[in-house]
Amino acid sequence: MTDLHLWLIPLVPLAGFLVNGLLGRKFQKRVVTTVALVASLIPLLQVAVIVTKFGSLALPHIENLGPWIQAGSFHADFSFQLDQLTLVMLSVVTGVGFLIHIYSVGYMGEEDGYWRFFAYMNLFLFFMLTLVLAENFLLMFVGWEGVGLASYLLIGFWYTRDAAANAGKKAFIVNRIGDFGVLLAMFLLIEHFGSVSFTEVFSAIAAHPAWQGGFLTAIALFIVLGATGKSAQIPLYVWLPDAMEGPTPVSALIHAATMVTAGVYIVARTHVIFDRSPYALAIVAIIGVATAFFAATIGLVQTDIKRVLAYATISQLGYMFLGCGVAAYSAGIFHLVTHAFFKALLFLAAGSVIHALSGEQDMRAMGGLRQKIPITFWTMTAAVLAISGFPPLAGFVSKDEILYQTFIAPNGGKLLWAIGLLTAGLTSFYMFRLWYLTFFGESRTQTAAIEEEAAPVHARSDTKLVLEAEPQAHPVHESPWIMLGPLVILAILSVIGGWMGWPEGLGGSNWFSRFLEPAVGVLPAPSSPESHLTELILALVSTFVAASGWLAAHIMYYARPELPARLTAQFPARYALLKNKYWVDEIYAAIVVAPVLFIARWVLAVLIDRGLIDGGSLTAGYSAQGLGALVARIQSGNIRSYAGWLAFFAAALLAASYFGWTTHFFLQ
Amino acid sequence: MVPIAYYLVLSAVLFSIGVAAFLIKRNIITVFMSIELMLNAVNLAFIAFSRQWSQTTGHLQVNGQIFVFFVMVVAAAEAAVGLAIIIAVFRARNTLNVDQIDLMKL
Repeated sequence: MTDLHLWLIPLVPLAGFLVNGLLGRKFQKRVVTTVALVASLIPLLQVAVIVTKFGSLALPHIENLGPWIQAGSFHADFSFQLDQLTLVMLSVVTGVGFLIHIYSVGYMGEEDGYWRFFAYMNLFLFFMLTLVLAENFLLMFVGWEGVGLASYLLIGFWYTRDAAANAGKKAFIVNRIGDFGVLLAMFLLIEHFGSVSFTEVFSAIAAHPAWQGGFLTAIALFIVLGATGKSAQIPLYVWLPDAMEGPTPVSALIHAATMVTAGVYIVARTHVIFDRSPYALAIVAIIGVATAFFAATIGLVQTDIKRVLAYATISQLGYMFLGCGVAAYSAGIFHLVTHAFFKALLFLAAGSVIHALSGEQDMRAMGGLRQKIPITFWTMTAAVLAISGFPPLAGFVSKDEILYQTFIAPNGGKLLWAIGLLTAGLTSFYMFRLWYLTFFGESRTQTAAIEEEAAPVHARSDTKLVLEAEPQAHPVHESPWIMLGPLVILAILSVIGGWMGWPEGLGGSNWFSRFLEPAVGVLPAPSSPESHLTELILALVSTFVAASGWLAAHIMYYARPELPARLTAQFPARYALLKNKYWVDEIYAAIVVAPVLFIARWVLAVLIDRGLIDGGSLTAGYSAQGLGALVARIQSGNIRSYAGWLAFFAAALLAASYFGWTTHFFLQ
Repeated sequence: MVPIAYYLVLSAVLFSIGVAAFLIKRNIITVFMSIELMLNAVNLAFIAFSRQWSQTTGHLQVNGQIFVFFVMVVAAAEAAVGLAIIIAVFRARNTLNVDQIDLMKL
């Protein structure tokens, strides 16, 4: 059996984290950069080596490093697993991760906490790679918690800003709710299987065809709870838009390409459980499609460029859930991969725009950037076309796969498909809205005004707008090549990345699904010559929908830019509803946060902590003190009083023994 | 032959005088002497018992007498150390009244 040293893949970034995290403060910037890039490059190279050897491996390839926890018959090992699904995730995480590390060198170059940033990024890679490589639920949970930690640290990277610190806390706490679900799922697994190993659990399920629903549904639903937290699905999606307070490369790596897809990964990984529970699958599908639609509608009216992308991410994650929910796991994973390409690209390009505008994130203050930052423009165009679903770009292929699988799924598949299709139209609309607002029309930037006046450059005083990359306003400028390089590579991937799963209905072979079949099962609706026509028609329909989304955006934000304001005025209530994100944050604040805070403040803090715990310990302390004070009076310092006590008690003992009250008497 | 009870009563009386003097007297020298008195009362009881036991068993029993020698040695040592302490205390505080030597008070 070949030894691939899988443990090295996560451990190298961990070493990078330790070196930079412990010593980085004293290093020169060059050294920090080198350490971080090498620590993220080595796993990528190792994955590349694994890819070359992959054909000759016996799958799933498991490497057990030794026991971790042993309690009676239960054991959890440090063991790593490599199969097709892991390989796909590894490629995405290391590949996109390395590109974003390179980009960050340029983007974060001026930041004070440069070493801290790269230490956290490497830490994230360590946990994410542990998550995807783990062979048992417990080790996976280490990664699962760890990426949440890294996410918290990076969202709150600018911890001096209240908004960033709060966003970090929110992300962490909301994720904890989901993690609770994963924990409960693990407890159920231990109770029913006595094991948390993927191999053992899945083979136990495979050995009992009679097990349907029941406790498997319970486990699946708890896993779904965890997945909704990590993957920002209804009802736990609220943290992701706020997470945009972090630096843009973080948004690209963690909150678009990798960490948020962990929920999709866990569902695909445990598909054996979900396959036995149609009920849980239906819930996944409904959550997915509802989130996709809901987030897309909010995305329509957001003005912060990163928030639009955040809602787009939530929406696209919804598609992945929809794919998993109709048991087309490979379609979900396929969308995960292509989404990692184009959404990382969108964020990085948005970061490049923000960089060009010296920290401006509000799309209302952009516009007309097409000629000024051409490379960013063209790469962003590729990403926008990809996410909107124009053939033959990556997003079209994977989204269509999901929609097609949904369409032919039994039990309300048509309805889910219709909502998914509508969402695709909305997606196309808001992505082109972003595109037009950013790159076309009149320049609305403040720096443009500065340039025209040829006045000295001043820092903007507008405190509402967040200064991100640089504290000073410069003329609009294209980013350096260290940032553009990753953009170009990701743009190429966004264009061609989908071709590895080109559907059979359109003359392809759907190699990607075939490849994943051993790990996540066959597609529920394998392609047949009869279904090719359906596939083709659906592809045409969704292309048409994407095109109409583009057309609507073209009219509203390019041809007749006065139209959006008129629409807003015409439907104020609906606009307010979307603008305020359905008041979900406010509702949560009222029905969840407020009671929790109330309990914390009055029941826990006042009653339990100050009343019971403080009260109890104070009482004990004071009573001991009082007793001591009482007894201390015996020590008067007067020798004759000591002698008196001594004589008195000696006489008393004498008398007692004389009357027979000896120890012997007491012992009876 | 004087009965042992006489010795014991004498010993008890001497001991009680010692205790009373220890408690009542304020002069530290007197207190010291009362301690000597108590020790010697005990010595007397030891000797009396030693003699009594020799008679009862028919052999010479010297345990009690050896104890007395120990007590004497300790008393001599105590007197040496104690008097030295008294001199030191007197030099420091210029008094021999035990009620005024209460530095160990809380």
